[in-house]
Amino acid sequence: MSMTSIIFTLFCYLSLLLFVIGLSYKIIQYWQTPAPLKISIAPAPLTRTGVFVRIAAEVFLFKSLFRASKWTWFFGWIFHWALVLLFIRHLGYFWPGDTPEVLLKTEPFKYASFPLIIGLTGLLGRRIFVDRVRYISAPSDYLMLILLIVIGASGMLMTFALYYPDMGLVYSFAEGLVTLNWSELPSELIFLAHIFFAFTLIAIFPISKLLHTPGVFFSPTLNQVDNARKRRHISSWAMQKETEKEIFIEHNLEKDE
Amino acid sequence: MAEVDIDKLPTYLEIPAIQKDTMAGDGPFKASIEIQEQLGFPGEKVENWQQIAIEKIAETKSKYRSVQVFLDACVKCGACTDKCHYYLGTSDPKNMPVARQDLFRSVYRRHFTFAGKYFPKLVGAKELDDAMLDDWYNYFHQCSQCRRCAVFCPYGIDTAEISMAAREVMNVIGVGQKYSNQILGRINKIGNNLGMPEPALRDTLLDLEEEIEIETGVAVKMPLDKEHAEVLMVTPSADFFAEPHIDGLIGYAKVFHQSGVTWTMSSYASEAANFGMFIGSYEVMRKGALRIRKAALDLGVSRIVVGECGHAWRVAYSFWNTLSGIGGGASDEYALKLQRQLDGHYPQPQHIIEFSYDLIQKGILTFDKTKNDHRKVTFHDSCNVARGSNMGDIENGQFILPREVIKAACNHFIEMPKATIKASTFCCGGGGGLLTDDLIELRIKGAMPRMRALKQSQENDGVNTLAAICAICKSQFSKVLPNYDFDPYMIVSVHQLVSDALILSDKSQTRAEDSL
Repeated sequence: MSMTSIIFTLFCYLSLLLFVIGLSYKIIQYWQTPAPLKISIAPAPLTRTGVFVRIAAEVFLFKSLFRASKWTWFFGWIFHWALVLLFIRHLGYFWPGDTPEVLLKTEPFKYASFPLIIGLTGLLGRRIFVDRVRYISAPSDYLMLILLIVIGASGMLMTFALYYPDMGLVYSFAEGLVTLNWSELPSELIFLAHIFFAFTLIAIFPISKLLHTPGVFFSPTLNQVDNARKRRHISSWAMQKETEKEIFIEHNLEKDE
Repeated sequence: MAEVDIDKLPTYLEIPAIQKDTMAGDGPFKASIEIQEQLGFPGEKVENWQQIAIEKIAETKSKYRSVQVFLDACVKCGACTDKCHYYLGTSDPKNMPVARQDLFRSVYRRHFTFAGKYFPKLVGAKELDDAMLDDWYNYFHQCSQCRRCAVFCPYGIDTAEISMAAREVMNVIGVGQKYSNQILGRINKIGNNLGMPEPALRDTLLDLEEEIEIETGVAVKMPLDKEHAEVLMVTPSADFFAEPHIDGLIGYAKVFHQSGVTWTMSSYASEAANFGMFIGSYEVMRKGALRIRKAALDLGVSRIVVGECGHAWRVAYSFWNTLSGIGGGASDEYALKLQRQLDGHYPQPQHIIEFSYDLIQKGILTFDKTKNDHRKVTFHDSCNVARGSNMGDIENGQFILPREVIKAACNHFIEMPKATIKASTFCCGGGGGLLTDDLIELRIKGAMPRMRALKQSQENDGVNTLAAICAICKSQFSKVLPNYDFDPYMIVSVHQLVSDALILSDKSQTRAEDSL
């Protein structure tokens, strides 16, 4: 294997390792951190089913964002769904052995790259031109969008401008990562860039604002059932304080008996 | 009328262009050594405050999932940037919810994240230095914790949680706000925010009883510390002295009178408000809740009803069961005794609006609505009720029940513009521990979005009465309405509307006399 292939193979594994370890750490952290008070926000569901519907509406439709800002919603929503479609389309490359029928049918998903770029450009435009959004943006906020645009654009150039790398090599490299049967990867610069930035994105996932992905599921304002009067909600540390009578008002219970 | 330079109310609510530092400053008065120490906080800014603050941030984010998740999850999408009434009213970019959170988040990133430790400039990570602490104090006391931003955030990020955490961190290093902490000292010592002792309270109630009897000819009672009454009424102490609050209290008394349900207030727990929430202190908040539990146990009541107070109802509805086991499920001996004592047929605690609503449904309260015919009423949803609680245990009950009570007592009810009511309601501008004269400029400017909506309803529908169910809203509106050319007396309690139209019968009067 060439030096480039070795470095890229190692880089891919390193990224995945960082992703898995980092994300697991964050999810465990969120899971283990107690939510001591009921703080669900209106319109608050009164049942578990209601919570399920609410989270689904946020995850699939971006409901709150729709209420907040139609433009941000439009660009954000088409970008995220395009990303999902493109992700599914890429599964075929990594599938060991014969690609299943259903993944072969995802070929037209390549057109999702257009809404992807439109969405990202729109979001970047908002960040640059809306004074409020510009004020709250750090360099990393721009870079994240640029990173995604570069990944998308390099993919599009290969797909639509016919800078195809050797597809046989692409398949064997990608499958090789999964089956640990490593092989040479195409040496076209555009392909290397695409792979490099995509795996960079994976690597920084757990240390960046991409943590909004697990965050939306753990947000207490969204995922709590509004039933505080009926069922007692108490955290482990508050229970401990209670048992140890750390804050307490003494009074005589037997007075009237 | 407070003299503050404000622009004329705009014709439409526009999103202002940012103008940096319009609200820069020293923030509200700081608490004295004495006030701080009463609450168990250091009297003055401690020597190694930075270290203590960072340790406190670490502790807070490990105890509150909200803080940990909210600090990580924000993508700076900008959805919240035009949702805060203080931003809309002041144009100061640090009053945009995300920018306010970022004062905290930048410090979190600097000390607790990989990117912030090694690439601070890249991710906007900053040190908690003197300038940053000044910004914290100033801008976390320009947040009324109304949670309007959280309604619009795709991840439900709640700036109130961050501002509470920040205030707690500041208290722990000895930088506290005078207004909130002084009040908390009074409630711990005397039992209410005013520091009104039992004899004064008793006198006030006797005066009011007299006043009602003169006006209506019916002996409506306002019992205090009456053992074995059915209901313990816990109401914000503003109801005992402030206008227009006091007319609401008269309304509660008339409702109880008419219902035949025996009731009492407690001189020991004569306060529903719980400013412990504003300063983000679980412990202080628990202390307030325990006082009420003790009063309920000592008086042997079977129901607990809470008066018209926004954050008090959030604390009562959402937190009491957690804090002190008022509700079901707690297992310490006091909570168990309370559970045996309280009547399981009713939700515990109940809001006075729920109490009156039930009686209206049962036909026990009857009204002469024409008594309110001179009023064209609109309802201001108070933020803590609207976004942090429920009523009647039905979806959106907190919006439905107060409106039904108003409509039962009034012929003319008009809604303000849709984007400014219910879950999207605009804060009055004085909540969250900001109802103090040293923040008057902020309060007036922050009221602008609500005033704009009210003006529209006044112009289009002739609205002349603004009803609310929150002591802070009522005080705040009385103060700022004149700044926007409204009549300061147009703000009323919902139970004042009830009071004015309720038909009182003498039957219950006789019964009340019999029992004497």
